[in-house]
Amino acid sequence: MFLLVALSLLVVRLVPAAEKMVDFSREVLPILSDNCFQCHGPDPKEGRKGDLRLDEEKDVKRLREGYRVVEEGHAKTSELYRRLITLEKDDRMPPAKLGRTLSPSQIETLRRWIDEGGQWGRPWAFERIERPAVKNAARHPIDELVERQWEKAGLASTPRASRETLIRRLTLDLTGLPPTPEQLDAFLADTAPGAWERLVDRTLASPAYGERMAWDWLEAARYADSNGYQGDNERTMWPWRDWVVRAFNDNLPYDQFTVWQLAGDLLPGATAEQILATGFNRNHMINGEGGRIAEENRVDYVMDMTETMGTVWLGLTLNCCRCHDHKFDPLKQREYYQLTAFFNQTPVEGGGGNAQTPPVLEVGTEEQRVALGQARAEAAARQQEVEQRAKEILPLQAEWEAARLKQPTITDWRVVKPSSAAALKQHLEILPDGAVHAGGENPATDEYELVCPLEPGDVTGFRLDALRHSDMTQGGLARSDSGNFVLTDIAFRLQKTGEAKPEALPVASAEATYEQGNFPVGNAFDKDAKSGWAVWSGKTIDRDHAAVFRLKSPVRVPSGASLQVSLKFNSPHPNHNLGHFRLSTSSAAVPALGGGEGALFAALQTPAGKRTKEQQTLVREAHEAWDTILVKLREAKSKADELVKSRQAELPRVMVMEDRKERRPTYLLSRGLYNQPGEEVLAAVPASLPPMKVQGTPNRLDLAKWLVSRDHPLTARVTVNRLWQMLFGIGLVKTAEDFGVQGESPVQAELLDWLAAEFMESGWDVKHLLRMMVTSEAYQRSAVVISPAVHERDPDNRWLARGPRFRLPSWMIRDQALAAAGLLNLQAGGKPVYPYQPEGIWAEATFGKKIYRQDSGDALHRRSLYTFWRRIVGPTMFFDTAKRQVCEVKPLRTNTPMHALTTLNDVTFVEAARVLAQTLLGEESEDLSRMRLAGRRLLARDPGPEELVLWQRSLDRARKAYDSDPESARTFLTQGESQRDCALPVPEQAAWAAFCLSLMNLDETLNKE
Amino acid sequence: MSPAWKILDPSSPEPVREHQLGLNRRQFFGRSATGIGVAALAQLLGKEGLVAAGEKGPGKGLPGLPHFAPKAKRVIYLFQNGAPTHVDLFDYKPKLHELHGTPVPQEYLGTKRFSTMTGDPTGKLMLEPVEPFQQHGQSGAWVSAFLPHTAQVADDLCFIKSMHTDAVNHAPAISFLLSGAQIPGRPTLGAWLNYGLGSPTQELPGFVVMTSVSKGTSCGQIFYDFYWGSGFLPTRYQGAKFRGSREPVLYLSNPDGMPRELRRGLLDDLAAMNQLKFQQSGDPEIQTRIAQYEMAYRMQTSVPDLTDLSSEPDHILDMYGPQVREPGTFAYNCLMARRLAERGVPFVQCMHAGWDQHNSLTTELYTQCRDTDQPSAALVRDLKMRGMLEDTLVIWGGEFGRTPFIQGDITNRPRWGRDHHPYAFTVWMAGGGTKPGLTYGASDDLGINAVDHPVHVHDFQATVLHLLGIDHERLTYRFQGRYFRLTDVHGTVVRDVLA
Repeated sequence: MFLLVALSLLVVRLVPAAEKMVDFSREVLPILSDNCFQCHGPDPKEGRKGDLRLDEEKDVKRLREGYRVVEEGHAKTSELYRRLITLEKDDRMPPAKLGRTLSPSQIETLRRWIDEGGQWGRPWAFERIERPAVKNAARHPIDELVERQWEKAGLASTPRASRETLIRRLTLDLTGLPPTPEQLDAFLADTAPGAWERLVDRTLASPAYGERMAWDWLEAARYADSNGYQGDNERTMWPWRDWVVRAFNDNLPYDQFTVWQLAGDLLPGATAEQILATGFNRNHMINGEGGRIAEENRVDYVMDMTETMGTVWLGLTLNCCRCHDHKFDPLKQREYYQLTAFFNQTPVEGGGGNAQTPPVLEVGTEEQRVALGQARAEAAARQQEVEQRAKEILPLQAEWEAARLKQPTITDWRVVKPSSAAALKQHLEILPDGAVHAGGENPATDEYELVCPLEPGDVTGFRLDALRHSDMTQGGLARSDSGNFVLTDIAFRLQKTGEAKPEALPVASAEATYEQGNFPVGNAFDKDAKSGWAVWSGKTIDRDHAAVFRLKSPVRVPSGASLQVSLKFNSPHPNHNLGHFRLSTSSAAVPALGGGEGALFAALQTPAGKRTKEQQTLVREAHEAWDTILVKLREAKSKADELVKSRQAELPRVMVMEDRKERRPTYLLSRGLYNQPGEEVLAAVPASLPPMKVQGTPNRLDLAKWLVSRDHPLTARVTVNRLWQMLFGIGLVKTAEDFGVQGESPVQAELLDWLAAEFMESGWDVKHLLRMMVTSEAYQRSAVVISPAVHERDPDNRWLARGPRFRLPSWMIRDQALAAAGLLNLQAGGKPVYPYQPEGIWAEATFGKKIYRQDSGDALHRRSLYTFWRRIVGPTMFFDTAKRQVCEVKPLRTNTPMHALTTLNDVTFVEAARVLAQTLLGEESEDLSRMRLAGRRLLARDPGPEELVLWQRSLDRARKAYDSDPESARTFLTQGESQRDCALPVPEQAAWAAFCLSLMNLDETLNKE
Repeated sequence: MSPAWKILDPSSPEPVREHQLGLNRRQFFGRSATGIGVAALAQLLGKEGLVAAGEKGPGKGLPGLPHFAPKAKRVIYLFQNGAPTHVDLFDYKPKLHELHGTPVPQEYLGTKRFSTMTGDPTGKLMLEPVEPFQQHGQSGAWVSAFLPHTAQVADDLCFIKSMHTDAVNHAPAISFLLSGAQIPGRPTLGAWLNYGLGSPTQELPGFVVMTSVSKGTSCGQIFYDFYWGSGFLPTRYQGAKFRGSREPVLYLSNPDGMPRELRRGLLDDLAAMNQLKFQQSGDPEIQTRIAQYEMAYRMQTSVPDLTDLSSEPDHILDMYGPQVREPGTFAYNCLMARRLAERGVPFVQCMHAGWDQHNSLTTELYTQCRDTDQPSAALVRDLKMRGMLEDTLVIWGGEFGRTPFIQGDITNRPRWGRDHHPYAFTVWMAGGGTKPGLTYGASDDLGINAVDHPVHVHDFQATVLHLLGIDHERLTYRFQGRYFRLTDVHGTVVRDVLA
C-alpha cells in the first residue's frame, strides 16, 4: 500500500517543473520535418507545394500577399498556425490523404514557439560541440548531467548494484567474457577505496578488450571472409581484422584510427600498418556475377564506401541522396556525389569477382616473405633452364620426326568399327567413321549389344568415346533432360572362331575424362546394376568425354575373333541413354586416356610447311616430351611453381586503398544510375557542415582529417553515442545510424555534448572515455525495476535511473558459455576458423558449390570473432546479428523461439555444458559446493537459498532420469569433440551436464545486468 | 514519509540495500506474478521482445488492422524463380506462328532496354510457341500443353496477362516483386503481413519459406535470403526458411541423449528459476523469455507433426505427383504449404528455381513444368476440397516474362531459348477473393508489351494487400526518418480481379 501511495506521488511530479523556451532544433524542427517536409522540404523535385519551403527561415518569414507563414511573436496571425487549427477541411494541414496528424501538444509547441518569437536555428547535430558547464566538482560529471534531467522526469533511482553484478557487467561489456572465479575473488577481496577503478583498469588492459571492441567495428565495417553474391569467393581480409584488435588494445587515438583507415595510404611515408588499416574501405561486397557491367559494380563500390563513411562518422543517411536531395536533412544530391569523388579515385575497375582485387597488400611474417621471394627466384631459374634446353634441341626436331614416323605406334588407340549394333528399344546406326548413333523413340532405359571384328594381336584395354551430336539435348551426349548419360554397366567378351561360348574379359580398372559427383566410372563395372558413370559438371555439356577400361589380363586375339560389347543404361534417371559413341582398342602396357597419338601421326605425315598451328605445336611438344633432359627440367620447374603457389597461399593479401595518378572525373548520376551521368562534380564536403580548409581539390586524407577536426559537429557525437549504446544498450540518441533531423533528438543532450567534447579534448582517447562512463553511478546502478509503474514510465531506461539490463549479443553468449566451461581457446588472430555448424548449410545455399569443412580440435573453441563469415550464408549460431553485407551500427535484439532452440540444442552449448559439469565434478565434491561453483562461473555469484532449492530439484530430476536410462546418459555425453573424463560416472555427469545446460539458458545468463 | 527513491550513497557497495529493494518489489509483484499461465505470459508486453511498440500483442499485428474485412486470411505464394516464359505457357499468340523466323517488328520495341545478353533486339527472329495451346474449362482459358494439370483447374484460376515490371535481371526483379524495391533491404510481402496482421499460430513461424530446384537443371540461381527478409522491420518478421532435408528448422531436435520428458521437466524448472528472477528484479523481459522458451518447446512438437505425412491418404499424396514424398521437391513443398495453412500459418512462400530458359526451351522447360505443374494444380484442388480456397490466396508466377523473339539459333531447335522480358508476363491467382475463371488484361498480339489494362508490380502488390484487408497506403513503417510502404509511392488496386 505504501508503495502505491508513493507511486501516485511520483505521477504528480511528472508535470514539467518550469516552462522553458521552446527549442527550435530539438522541438520544432522534428515536428516540421516529420509532418511537412515531404511537400515543403529541401527536395525540390517532388513537386513542392504552395511555393513554400518550411526548411528555410527566409521563405517562412517573408511577406507574402498580406501575411507571413510565421509572424514572429504572433501565432494567431501566422499562416502556419492557422492552417493547423482551422476547421476548414480543405485548408487544414497536413492534408488528410497523407494520413498524418499533429497532436494537440505538438500544435501547442508550435504556437508557443511562434509566440516566443519564432527563433530559427540549425538542426542540433550540425551545431558545433560546446562543452556544457558542470558545477559540482565533487560529482561525476556524467551523474551531474544525468540528474539535472530528473527534475523533469521525476524518477526514482536504484542504488549501486552488488559487486558481483558489477564485475560481471563490466567484464562482459569490456571483454565479452564473464569474469573468472579468480577475478571475482580478487575483486571481492579488494575492499580498499578505488577497488572499482583498479578493476576497470585491469579489464581495459586485458587483450580480450580489443577483441570485444573489434566485433562492433567489424559490423560497422561490413567485414566478412567472402565477397557475397553468386560465387561468393573467399577473401583474406583477416590481417585487417587483427589490426583492428591491436589498434583497440594499443588504444590508438580515435582520430588516428579514423585517418589510418580512411586514408592511411595517403599519409606521407605511409607505413605498411597504415596502409593495412585502409582495408576498412575495401570490406564492401564484390559482385562477380557473369553479365554484370564492370562500371556498374565500380559505382556500387564507391557508393558503398561513401555511405559507410556517412553512417560511421557522420551518422547521416547519405544513401537518400543517391537519387534526390535529402528530403529532411540539409544535404543535396550534388553534395552526395561530391563526397563520392573522394572515393572515386582507386584503380579498381569493378570487373570480376577476384576476392583479392588490387590494390592489395601482401601481409605475412618476414620469414614468409623471404621464403616466397626465394621460391619465386627458384622458379624463374628453372624456367630459364627449360627454355634454354628447348632452344638447344629445336634443330634436332626434323631428325627426330623422321625416326618417329618409323616407330610402331604402341600406345595408339585403334578404332574398331562394329559389324552389328542393336538396342533393346532404340534404333542404332553404324556410321562410316565407326561411331554408333542412337535414334528413334528415346526410352527411359535401354541396353545395347555390339559385335566388332578385331585384328589379330594383343589387347590390353578398351576406350569408349562419348561424342557430342546435334541430335542430342543441347548438342550434348544423350537425349536426356540435360544431355548427360548414365552408363550403368559395360562388359567385354571375346568370341573366337570355333569356340561355343565367348570368353569374358573382366575389367580391372578404368579412368575417365570426367566423373560426376556420385557417378564415378567404376560404377560402370561394379555389381550395382543401377549405379553408373555420368559426366554432368553443372553446366551445359561442351566437350566430348571418354573412358578407358583396362583388362585384368592382356588377351591375345587370334584372327577371325570378334569382340562383343554390352552397354547398359538402367539408372533411375530416365532417358539417360548414350546417343553417339565410338570404341577403340589398345595394346599399350597400361592403356591410358592420353590420346593424341593418332593426331600426332597425322601431323607427322603432313609436310612441315603445311601443318596447322595446332599440328606444329603438337609435333614440337612431342619432340620435347621425348627429350628426357627437358622432361626432367620441366618436372623441376613445375615443382618450383608448386612451391611458389603454396608460399603465396600462406601469404594473405588484404585489399587496400590507393589513388590513381590521374584523377577520375566524378559525375552526378541521375537516379543513381551509373550510365546516366549528369554534371561533373569535384570532391567537397556538404555546405551545412564546417568548411574544409584546403587549397585546391581535397583528397581522402583531407576528408579524414576534416572528420576529426575539433569543429566537426558529428564525428565525436556519433562515436560517443555508439560507445554509450554498447554499455547501456541504447544510445543517448536512439537512432545511432541517423543524427539527421529525422533521427532522435537526444534526451540527454548536454550529456552527449559533454562526452563528445571530453572525447575530443582527451585526444580522442577511447579507453579514457569508456573509463569515464563505467565509473559513473549511472553505469553502476542496480538494474532492478522498482515497480511496474516505474517501468511503464521509462521502459527503455532513457532517464538512467536504473542500471542497464539487456540480452547479450549471440556471439557473446557463445563466448561466455565456452569461457565458463573452461573450453575457450584464447589464441588471438590469424586465419578464420570453422566451428560447429549443422551439416549441409553451405551446400544447400550454394547448390553444393561450397562445402563447410568444420574444424577439429581446439579450433572449434576459438572466440566467435574468428569464425569464418560467409556472406551469403552467415554462421548459423549467431542469431540477431548484423548481416555483414552493408554497414550496421545498431544492435538487433529480438526474441524468437528459434533463439531458444539454438542455446538449448546447438552442440556448442551442449558440449560446453558437459565440460562445465566435468569441471564441477572434478573440483568440488558436494552438490551444494558444485552448484555454487556453477553459479560463480556463469553468473559471477553464489546462488541464493531459494534458488538453490530450485536448482537442487532440477538436478535431481536429471539425475533420476539418467540413473534409470544410462544409455541416454552415455549418448548425451558424446556431444562435441572434446575429451570426456571417463573416470566420472556416466549418469551423474550426464545429470550435471543437463543441469548446466539449463543454467546456460537462464535469463540471467543470457542477459547482461 | 521518507521517499523510497532517495539516491543512495554510491561509494559503498550496497548488496543489503539492493536485496531489500528486491524484497520490496517482490511483495508488490508476488501475488500477481505467480501462477500466471503461459498464454497469459505471452500477452505481457516486452520492449524488444515478442511484442514491438504499437502492436496489439504477440502475433496479433497492429491495432486498426485489417483496415477492412479481408477476403483472404492467408497467402501461399508459389514463386517461380528465373521467369517462366509467358508465351509458351499461358499467353497464346497465334501470330507468333505466322511470324516465326522473321525479324521482330521494330514498332513493338521502341527504345526498350533488354538484358546484356540480348543487347539490341533489332533483327532478332520471332519464335513460335514450343507446344500447342488449347482453351480449357468453362472459362475457356488458354493454357499450353506444357501444363496439362494446371489446365484442368483453369476455371479456379484468375490469370493476369498484362503484368509488367521495372527490372530486367533476376535478383533485382525478384526483390522488386517481393519487397517493392530492386535493391535489397526492404521488408518483403510476407514480413509486412506478419508485422501488420500477426499470425494466429504461435507454434509455427508466421512466415515460412521453402525452396526447391529441378534436378539436373543448368541454372545456378541462388536463393538470396533477402527474398524473404524483413528489411528494416524487426527480424522476427522475416521468413523462417524451412530446410529441405532432415530438420526443417535449425536446432529443432533435442540433443541426442536428452529424452523428451526430461527436457519438458527441465524447461519447467528453468521457467521456475526465471520466475524467481522476475520476482527479484522485475524486468518484464523475463516474462517474455519464459514465453519464448515455452514456444520453442511447442515448436519442437508442432514441426515434427507438420512433417509427419503418415496421416495423408495415398490419393491425396498421389494428386501432388510422384515427388511428393521427397523432402526438398516442389511437390513436397506444396503439400507442406497446405499443411502449414491448415495449422494457421498466414504466409507461405514456395520458391522454385530454374525457369531461366536462355537455351533450353525444348529441353529443361519440360522438366521444369513436369516438376511444378501437377503439384501447383493439386494444391488448388486440395485447398478447394477442404473449403480452404475461399480464404486462401494462391499466387503462381515469376519475376518477369521471356522474349517472344529467340535467343539462339533458330535452325538449332535443341538450343532454342528466350531472354528476360519485363514488359509483359502472366501470373495467376486462385481463391482468397479473386475472381475464378477470369482472364484479365492482355499483351499485344506478339506478347511483347502489356497493352490492355496493364498491371504494374506495385498494382499487383496493392491488390494482394487489398485481398488481405489492407489499404496499401496505410500500412507503413518509419525508418531513417521516412514512412516506408510495400508499394513505395505507387500502386492502384486492380478491382476487376476481385470476386
